[in-house]
Amino acid sequence: MKSMEVARLTAEGELKQFMTGLLERSSAEQTEVMVTEWDSALTRFANNGIHQNVAERDATVRVRVVKDGKTGVASINQLNEAAALDVLKRAIAIADLQPKSDVVPMPGPATAPPVEAWSDATAAVTPEDRADFVQAVCTRAERAGLKAFGAYSTSAGQLAIANSHGVYHQQRSTQATVNSVVMGDAGSGYADRGAIDVSELDRDELATEVIEKAQRNQNAQPVEPGVYEVVLEEYAVAEMLQFMSFIGFGALSVQEERSFMKLGERITGEEVTIWDDGLDRTGIPASFDFEGVPKQRVDLITRGVASGLVYDMQTATRAGRQSTGHGLPAPNTEGPFAVNLFMKPGSAAKADMMSDIKRGIWVTRFWYVRVVEPKQSVITGMTREGTFLIENGRISRPVKDLRFTQSILEAFQGTLALSRNTKLHVSEYLGASRVPAVRLKAFDFTS
Amino acid sequence: MKDLAEAALNAAQVKGASYADVRLDEHVTQDIVVKNGQLAAVSDDASEGFGVRVIVDGAWGFAGSARLENEEVQQVVDRAIRIARASARVRSAPVDLGAPVTSRGHYRTPLERDPFAVPLTEKVDLLLRADAAMGSVKGVTIREGSMEFIRQAKLFASTDGAFVEQELFESGAGIEATATSPDEVQNRSYPNSFGRHQGAGGYEYITALELDRHGQRIAEEAVALLTATQCPSGIKTLILDASQTALQIHESCGHPTELDRVFGMEAAYAGTSFMTPEKLNHLQYGSPQVTITADALTPTGLGTFGWDDEGVPAQRTFLIKNGLFVGYLTSRETASVLGQQSNGTMRADGWNRIPLIRMTNVNLEAGDSSLDEMIAQTKDGVYMETNRSWSIDDKRLNFQFGTQLAYEIIDGKRGRMLKNATYAGITPEFWNSCDAVAGRSEWKVWGLANCGKGQPPQVAHVAHGAAPARFQHVKVGILK
Repeated sequence: MKSMEVARLTAEGELKQFMTGLLERSSAEQTEVMVTEWDSALTRFANNGIHQNVAERDATVRVRVVKDGKTGVASINQLNEAAALDVLKRAIAIADLQPKSDVVPMPGPATAPPVEAWSDATAAVTPEDRADFVQAVCTRAERAGLKAFGAYSTSAGQLAIANSHGVYHQQRSTQATVNSVVMGDAGSGYADRGAIDVSELDRDELATEVIEKAQRNQNAQPVEPGVYEVVLEEYAVAEMLQFMSFIGFGALSVQEERSFMKLGERITGEEVTIWDDGLDRTGIPASFDFEGVPKQRVDLITRGVASGLVYDMQTATRAGRQSTGHGLPAPNTEGPFAVNLFMKPGSAAKADMMSDIKRGIWVTRFWYVRVVEPKQSVITGMTREGTFLIENGRISRPVKDLRFTQSILEAFQGTLALSRNTKLHVSEYLGASRVPAVRLKAFDFTS
Repeated sequence: MKDLAEAALNAAQVKGASYADVRLDEHVTQDIVVKNGQLAAVSDDASEGFGVRVIVDGAWGFAGSARLENEEVQQVVDRAIRIARASARVRSAPVDLGAPVTSRGHYRTPLERDPFAVPLTEKVDLLLRADAAMGSVKGVTIREGSMEFIRQAKLFASTDGAFVEQELFESGAGIEATATSPDEVQNRSYPNSFGRHQGAGGYEYITALELDRHGQRIAEEAVALLTATQCPSGIKTLILDASQTALQIHESCGHPTELDRVFGMEAAYAGTSFMTPEKLNHLQYGSPQVTITADALTPTGLGTFGWDDEGVPAQRTFLIKNGLFVGYLTSRETASVLGQQSNGTMRADGWNRIPLIRMTNVNLEAGDSSLDEMIAQTKDGVYMETNRSWSIDDKRLNFQFGTQLAYEIIDGKRGRMLKNATYAGITPEFWNSCDAVAGRSEWKVWGLANCGKGQPPQVAHVAHGAAPARFQHVKVGILK
């Protein structure tokens, strides 16, 4: 197949012909073909030097068939006709061999609103460009007597879905992300950025943030564990939202009685409004999901009240409603997933959010967060790379990292302020969250 | 395939690489999920490709592609060389791999029954029987069972002269029952959590699990947990079952002994380690009962193979000997910094990733106690079984774990069932409080197929031999 010169992705017309050709060859009653293709690179640095530097080109052809009330799924990472026909054959063979079971319906055609998710500049980034970016951060750290660590990645890819009901959607997207830890002899700082367009990643701004944080976070001393008023920076807030999504925003978790979401009831403070919007250009947008359903905005928590859930084809059918466009690739037993999260900002300047806190904790980010009890939304984890004691309205000193064990809903019930500016945090695996910094009345640090 | 590998190595040398290696990898995975009496998913996924790793001007470059074509080989080598030259502009010390590695040979996972030759209907029938056993218990709201089978064929060749081929098999399965009330969720799984128990081997590994015999028991336990007593808070004697001991080893000994973490190579992601080089042969990591090895020769272990992804032979090495910290998990590059030879722990999770230091089978050697004896000797304690939650800081010191099931122990006897059990500690304090490890008859190899590390992220399949173990003065009951 022909490829683009820079990112080397298959041309759209050729891709469509390949997929529709495969659908025509299928003997199953329903067939779905999903193609993903990507060209990505990542430059990793440690101790002010590049130590790992990688690139890959890959693709996946995934076929789902429904035959006689039975479903089979198979995939291969080869984008050619012979391999694809073999995958189709394997998917049909899997369906033939199994007992009848519930079938996840495939959607019909619908218009997916276009989104701007592509940047030529990102697709054209070279190894030398990445090295220059890393060198700039490392040089700044070295001049400050510090060491820089991190990863800078760029990728270009496309996702296309077609099914035998006439669905065909295709979207190209790019992404550039960087994260950095800067260390001194007795402490470290952190910063990350993510964008569709690489030119939005300002290396000087990133270096300034991470170096200043590292300089402030030297020689941390312990503080007594306990319940503190806190200011959580955007990195920590984004992690909380991602865990809410993981355990409770999907319709399956409610249908299976595992979720903390009680629709129509107040579950957080009224300052909290959270929604999912795959079409918002200020996130990492996508116009359709992995089942080929156009994305819809879903209000999840509105002024503290649980107001909605995200659905895929299976959960929507079960509930007698339409999918909201949050399906994952087949076969999926985890249910729908909200991956384009937004939290409504407030009116506070971030620096002023601690001005009337008598004694509290300022948290830069969380680490190794895990669910302890899903229905009460209890999570545990550590603070990392910038935890500070607030005394009489100002940061008095850095403190050693703390472990927390805390219900997310209870924490958000005590929301006192949100910053007016938001930050985009790109998830390691899928999607992104745009959130403000948040001040909370009580947060339980357990050790 | 051999021609393609040789073409890649030749091209890399011609274009200026002082060292190059190539890995060709073909992966086939079959996943089956049965949920609430229905076959919920069957998928068959295949991936193949090659990756070329080069050193140019003392710096690393890597590129990989799924297109196994001669023209693509040249482009991938060019890309890896260009990336290495870019790395060299911002490198620290030049890479030193130490002595050449020239392994040659073939390895195949020992197995009795090829899992890909077993009819799908046989696999589904077993899962449906286990599901029915769970479904016989009133109050269970979600039932799920799964199997996974992997066949990986890989070839490694290097400009040092190494050339090894391996065919690796994994088989795994597990079941889980969930019970819910308006305010809580309780679940029980068998044989382990994380979806499955997985090992290197064939379908005989699945048959031996006897999933259908355990369905009713775990379902009854899940329902009983809803009305069980909350785990009390306090400082108590803690006894862990073998599977939770395995995860404790993983998080608090396996990861901190990875030498790349120690050198900061994972600092911006997974973190660093408190087990720094000046502590080697000095730190009393645990009590004399604690001996931990990295053993890539352990039968059925997910970290068992012929050679690692640098061509270094599989081997057994000590990390902790009678409580003393004596060794790291190493690669060629990191071992040479300490003047050592690699102990063969570099693995990539596919053709498109570079190898990283990964646990092999990091095993707590069996002791001379038994679970019954440990309970009988305990005045005031808690027994905890099967992981539910896990978290540890970026230096691998401050941890907190939760388990699905627990029982109080009072005056040497097992008492009431406890729910929402958690415990927390600091790694060396915790392992130094270990005063008993069960013997060989209760020692078992536990597979963990979800170990994340690296950027881009990689998932390693590793294992831990472990037996029930007892710890004194542990903080339990953090969740109120």
